[in-house]
Amino acid sequence: MDSFFSVLDATIRVATPLVLAALAGLFSERSGIVDLALEGKMLAAAFAAACVAYMMQSPWAGLAAGMAAGVMVALLHGIVSIGYNGNQLISGVALNMMVSGLTPVLALAWFQQGGRTPTLDDAARFRSVELPFADAIAASAPLKALFGHNILVYLAVLVIVVVSWVVYKSRFGLRLRAVGENPHAADAAGINVKLVRYLAQSISGALCGVAGAYLVLAQTGAFIQDMTAGKGYLALAALIFGKWRPWAAVSGCLLFAFTDAIQIRLQGSALPLIGNIPDAFIQAIPYVLTVVLLAGFMGKAVAPKAIGVPFVKSR
Amino acid sequence: MSQPSNLPRWATLWLMPVLNLFAALLVSGLVITLIGEDPVECLQLMINGAFGYPEGIGYTLFYTTSFIFTGLAVAAAFHAGLFNIGGEGQMYLAGLGVTLICLGLDFLPGWVVIPLALLASMVFGAAWAFIPGYLQAKRGSHIVVTTIMFNFIASALMTWLLVDKLIMPGSQTPATRLFAESAWIPMLHELAANLGVELPQTPLNATFFLALISLVVFYLMVWRSRWGYALRTVGLNEKAARYAGMPVSKVIIVAMCFSGALAGLAAVNELLGSTHRMNLAFTNGIGFVGIAVALMGRNHPFGILLSALLFGALTQGGLDLSFEKPAITHEMIILTQGLIILFCGALENLFQTPLALAFKQMMKR
Repeated sequence: MDSFFSVLDATIRVATPLVLAALAGLFSERSGIVDLALEGKMLAAAFAAACVAYMMQSPWAGLAAGMAAGVMVALLHGIVSIGYNGNQLISGVALNMMVSGLTPVLALAWFQQGGRTPTLDDAARFRSVELPFADAIAASAPLKALFGHNILVYLAVLVIVVVSWVVYKSRFGLRLRAVGENPHAADAAGINVKLVRYLAQSISGALCGVAGAYLVLAQTGAFIQDMTAGKGYLALAALIFGKWRPWAAVSGCLLFAFTDAIQIRLQGSALPLIGNIPDAFIQAIPYVLTVVLLAGFMGKAVAPKAIGVPFVKSR
Repeated sequence: MSQPSNLPRWATLWLMPVLNLFAALLVSGLVITLIGEDPVECLQLMINGAFGYPEGIGYTLFYTTSFIFTGLAVAAAFHAGLFNIGGEGQMYLAGLGVTLICLGLDFLPGWVVIPLALLASMVFGAAWAFIPGYLQAKRGSHIVVTTIMFNFIASALMTWLLVDKLIMPGSQTPATRLFAESAWIPMLHELAANLGVELPQTPLNATFFLALISLVVFYLMVWRSRWGYALRTVGLNEKAARYAGMPVSKVIIVAMCFSGALAGLAAVNELLGSTHRMNLAFTNGIGFVGIAVALMGRNHPFGILLSALLFGALTQGGLDLSFEKPAITHEMIILTQGLIILFCGALENLFQTPLALAFKQMMKR
């Protein structure tokens, strides 16, 4: 039983950056902008968070820097996709590659540690929050799995609720979905399509910023080259699997995180009838699962109608 | 995708890609300045490293060979309206095909093994591209995400095979044993020596000629065949193609297989022509470079040849530059690739409006 709660604990911790990135993608894609650049935003944020947290010795400063970096990359994607009507897929691939190349170059130039940043002290990281009844929580496996986390995990839970409300219950959310489904009708109704899309990109960047900062400030403690390792793509896959709905996307993220959490426990242990599974296969589980889910075995995914289509005002 | 243009054709095909390249290099130069180096000096070092001496030219053309294949792979899918980012994984699996043939049939003469290895590289590369293509055509799966996932899966698969199965007995390095010498594709300096010409020793090998032939075959298939016509029609307007009675799903699947086969041939250059064995990470980002090569080359064989040469020069020049300037690493080249993809692929029309205005102004005089 303890191993079950241990897996649950790990699943929640691993799921947090995926959830934040998937919700970031939700804003972008619901507004009609394909968002392959989730990976690049997270990576840029992780790098910025690592640098600033180290220099300022403050995780909050790192978090702010991460969000700022995420927004910068998002706005660059926005300028290309919205301002210049450029190809959104290519823009996403280009940004991911640019950030992948730029971050180790800067890290080497600034810290001379072979493309990584210095490891953060405890003072510069987010650690588990001391909640009321801390002793009772520490002694109980179920409570520890649910409540023994750092503040960013709780923030992510709050974000899920807020995003669900914003997208479906707020005026901005209505406009967001409108410009993604039928931008010309939205334009005729007086909505500034480009402005809404830029705002969606900014929100996307900020959420990716938290996701990327989480990787450094709450997990590894340092920036490592290409440390996002495809999490942006997994988040996008979870979003597609969830049919561009917040709670369904979150469940997709939890599924991926679960496969990641059991990875460590599967390695080195023999399964009945199968024996030892090679480590490399276990590491490939999230990616294989993504392909299977994207094949639509849970019913065909329906994207926003105008996704990927540049909006050009009718004359 | 592109908006109507008032520019003469030569400006769209030649001038704009050149301006886009300069924009990308300019931003790269800014980054180089940011880290405290002189961008002009770096550019000179790169050009000299790529073209300044015979060995440099040999290495540049060797890299160009692989980039031609991966560039054609991306272009093939692009003409069908697909974006194949899986060249890296397809090349990896093709390397597996080459290795299995060369290790399994090493008792046969080279003129038997080499064609079989070529065929195996194409078949394995095509197979790895078939699955994403099938899922796109039949299940509506997002081909970009699927091909990226297949890169990760290929990496995990090859790690297992090289560490557990194909590793040279008694060795700790994750690599296979050497292929039989009869199966090595001859180096250009060896061929030249037979003709009495002395060339420096570089990995440049006969696969280079295969790459040049591939450019011609690609042109004939895409622009001079019935299948190519269907390919381009599906890419331009899938609904119109379906309405015209073309088998859209089949075209998409075949396009991806064709794309994967081309990516697979890059493995021949690397393994049969150069290292003569398979090691971990032999793909070394070549599949991703193909994206930039195709976009910069406007998905046309001649454009791909020129942009592959450019990236060959960037790679070789970048390596020389790293010796001179340790602060500038391979990752700087990755940044430059990303910038070129951005300016040539996503912002390809960035200079269109200014150029159109300039041309209009010239016409008035």
